[in-house]
Formats: sequence, C-alpha cells, structure tokens
Amino acid sequence: MFLINCPYCGERDQQEFKAGGEAHIERPKQPTELSDDEWAEYLFMRKNIKGVQFERWNHAHGCRKWFNMARDTSNDEIKAIYKMGEKPPTQ
Amino acid sequence: MRNKYSIFSLFKNALSYHENWQRAWKDPVPKKEYDAVIIGGGGHGLATAYYLAKKHNMQNIAVLEKGWIGGGNTGRNTTIIRSNYLWDASAGLYDHALKIWEGLSQELNYNVMFSQRGVMNLAHNLQDVRDLKRRTHANRLNGIDAVYLNTEEVKKFCPIINTSQDIRYPVLGGTLQRRAGTARHDAVAWGYARGADEMGVDIIQNCEVKGIKRSGDTVEGIETTKGFIKTKKIGVVAAGHSSVVANMAGLKLPLESKPLQALVSEPVKPIIDTVVMSNAVHAYVSQSDKGELVIGAGTDDYISYSQKGSHQIVEGTLNAILELYPIFSRMRMLRQWGGIVDICPDASPILSKTSIKGLYFNCGWGTGGFKATPGSGDLFAHTIANDEPHKLNAAFNLNRFVSGDLVDEHGAAAVAH
Repeated sequence: MFLINCPYCGERDQQEFKAGGEAHIERPKQPTELSDDEWAEYLFMRKNIKGVQFERWNHAHGCRKWFNMARDTSNDEIKAIYKMGEKPPTQ
Repeated sequence: MRNKYSIFSLFKNALSYHENWQRAWKDPVPKKEYDAVIIGGGGHGLATAYYLAKKHNMQNIAVLEKGWIGGGNTGRNTTIIRSNYLWDASAGLYDHALKIWEGLSQELNYNVMFSQRGVMNLAHNLQDVRDLKRRTHANRLNGIDAVYLNTEEVKKFCPIINTSQDIRYPVLGGTLQRRAGTARHDAVAWGYARGADEMGVDIIQNCEVKGIKRSGDTVEGIETTKGFIKTKKIGVVAAGHSSVVANMAGLKLPLESKPLQALVSEPVKPIIDTVVMSNAVHAYVSQSDKGELVIGAGTDDYISYSQKGSHQIVEGTLNAILELYPIFSRMRMLRQWGGIVDICPDASPILSKTSIKGLYFNCGWGTGGFKATPGSGDLFAHTIANDEPHKLNAAFNLNRFVSGDLVDEHGAAAVAH
C-alpha cells in the first residue's frame, strides 16, 4: 500500500486507484496486416520488469482519469508520474 | 545409501537424543557441466529434478536455488490441493497431480502430511450456483469426484458456517471434492530434495542465476554467483521471477507478477476439519495441524516484486471470513505475508518448450501452483527429457498465446483469484 500523487487530484491512497498494466504499448496501426505472432506480442507478452517500469494507472474512485507512472516494482517506490500522451522520463 | 525413515529409525535415534540423524541432502560445490540444470529449488523444481533422475535416468543434473530450498513460494502458499477444474486440459493436469499426491509419502519415504479432508467451494448467488453445478458435471465427466451440496448439506458438512439467509452474501450451496485436501508444504520440498539428492542430483543453495548464455538459438550454460555452469538443457521453475530469468535469455513471457497475501491465526483447538473456499466473497480457510487458521487473501492488481500486499486486500478477506464464520470474531492473527505470483492471461500455467533450443519454462501457476507440485514436476521432467511435452501438458504450451487456444480458467476454476 502506498500513496499516489494523482496529477489531477493530488496525493491519495493507492486503494482509490486501479492499475492498468504496462504503459506505452501501442495499438497496431494496421491490425488487418498483423501476423498471429505480432498479435500475441501486442495482446499478451509483457516486460513484467523487476525494477523501474512504466505503467498506466486510473484514479478509479476519484477523477477517473488515466495517467502514467514510473515505479520501481522491487520496492513499490514511485519515481515519476506523468500525463497520458507525455513521453516517459529518461532518468 | 540413505537410511530409511521408519518407526524403528525414530526409536533408534531417540536413544541418542536425535543428535545423529543422517543429513537429508548434501551441500555440493557445482560441477563445471551438467546434462540439465533446473533453476529454482521450490517444490516444482525439486520435483522436476526428482522425476528426471527417477523416470528418465538423468542423474547428472543440478537444481540451483538463490536462497534455500523451499524458502520461496513453496513455504508461502496455503497448502490447498484439489483438482476440480472445469476444462478437460486442466482436469487432466491437476488430477494427475492429485493421484501422485495420494501415494507421495510412501514413494518419497517422507511424510508430506497429505490429508484428504475435502475442499468445499461455496456459491453465494445464482450465477455461482449455475457455475458450480456445471463444474460438478464437467468434473464427473472427467472422472473427478465432485458433488453439489445444497445449503443444509453445506451446514451439515461444516457446521460453523453461517448459513442464515439474512447475511450480505448468503450461502446458496456449494461443491465438495472429498479427495481434495492439504499437505505440509515444506515437507514436499524436503522430501523431493532428499529423494533427488539420493539419486545423485546436486542441490545447490545460495546460488543465484545471473545470466543465460546462448549461442544463436541454443543454450550453452548459466552464469551464477558460484561461477559458470555449462549445460545443454535448462528448466526454469522460478515462479514470480520467471520473467526476470526469461529476460536474461532475451525472451518475453505472457506473465504479470503480483503480490498474493495470506495470513494465519494463533493456534486453537480443532474447529474446522475441511477446507472451505468462497470465490464470490474472496475468502478461504482451513486449519493446520498446529491449530492455526490458514487464510488466503487475494492478489493486488499492480505488478510488484516487493512481497508486500495492500492492507485493504487483507481487510476485505477478513470481512468475508467474519461474516461466514462469526465464531472467529475474537481470533487474533499471528502472521501475515505476501508472495509474488506469476499470472498468465488465461490463469493457466505454462509447461513448455520455447523458441530457444534447450530452454524450458514451467511457470504461470499464478495463485494456485502448490496443488500441482508432483504432477508439474513429473510432466516437466518428461518435457525436458524428451524435448516434447507429455499429452497431459501439451495444451499448456507457450504457443497457445499465438494460436489463441487458451485454457481459460479465470472464472471457472473456483479459485480465489
């Protein structure tokens, strides 16, 4: 359990949020031309990183807005929070 | 030759104050090369090594464990064993394991305390009733014992359950698998370790895997904290850390690692002589031989390797436990912990070859791998030895995520996910 600084509402308890998994997985631009392997990669394969991971979160019991987070999954420490559409931090 | 455990050896060792028991397994220095190396010294990994040596005559093998054997999720689970899964593929897999459980203590000459006390799954709404009845029928068609119980029969089988109809989620019925039950989880790891060690398997503890060396699409060996080990076959059984090991080999898996929590109470006299699970309210409970209530909570929804879960998950589970068992209201919880479980999109495991020759994965057991330990080891050993899956684990290949032939047990497994 940890606190999350929602970019729209400020710091709130984690239980108000819903985790949305790995971020920056782009929906294929031309789905009709995708092979089965490419579909599997898009739908199922995940980095599942132990360390700093970029992921999506939703303030489900708050403003209901989506945003991105860089979080160290080995100790749940949040490194950065940034809005949808923004590029992930490099550091 | 290893001494056999028996009433006589117990008596003999009692005479010397139990100070002269033989070591159950050695503490070897890793050799330069093995025919096969298993990464992960939990129940599944040790069982794999045991069956590789016993059934496939591969004795020049090693099990690498970064901590101590059985110190990972083998020691963190809630020890429930059952095989009442919906789909044919799952039923085959889990019942294969259950059949091995039934003779495991004798086979290993090690008391794994397998207790067929039954597992009851409760229904709390009409959809639960329909699902559980359907599953009962499916189980019977697959030769798995299952009965459907109405509310009165549930009450009769486990009298401490609150079956009054005025609670938030009243008990409308349930299923019972009488052959299901529990076992002592540490003993399973220790028994398999002792058995494997006796056949010549090197069990190497405190040895962390740092990298997997491959040449092209073939594995060559493993970089470890105890040096490089050459091998042509690597079986990865690393549970929550499967993706981390896969990453070393340049592979991506369809897994997400999440915290799963459990807790035990102070020990009390026998009060519940079965296992009761309830998917809808997310609560399950059994009682250990020590007398502790063993309670399983759910997973958090975010990826984490921190071995810490959220407080509200435990709170939700305990709310449900208290409503179903008002008699527990003054129990004190003694310990609470979290383990990291690797969950597949279809909530079924992966026992499979990979695109890299000589690299095999046994993972994705998610929240319910303990029950499958002996079967998983047996089938994974078959897969590694023959470079082909056994027919019982053929459906659990990695390619199912490409072909779409998933084994969707998410809602169907009656497991508390």
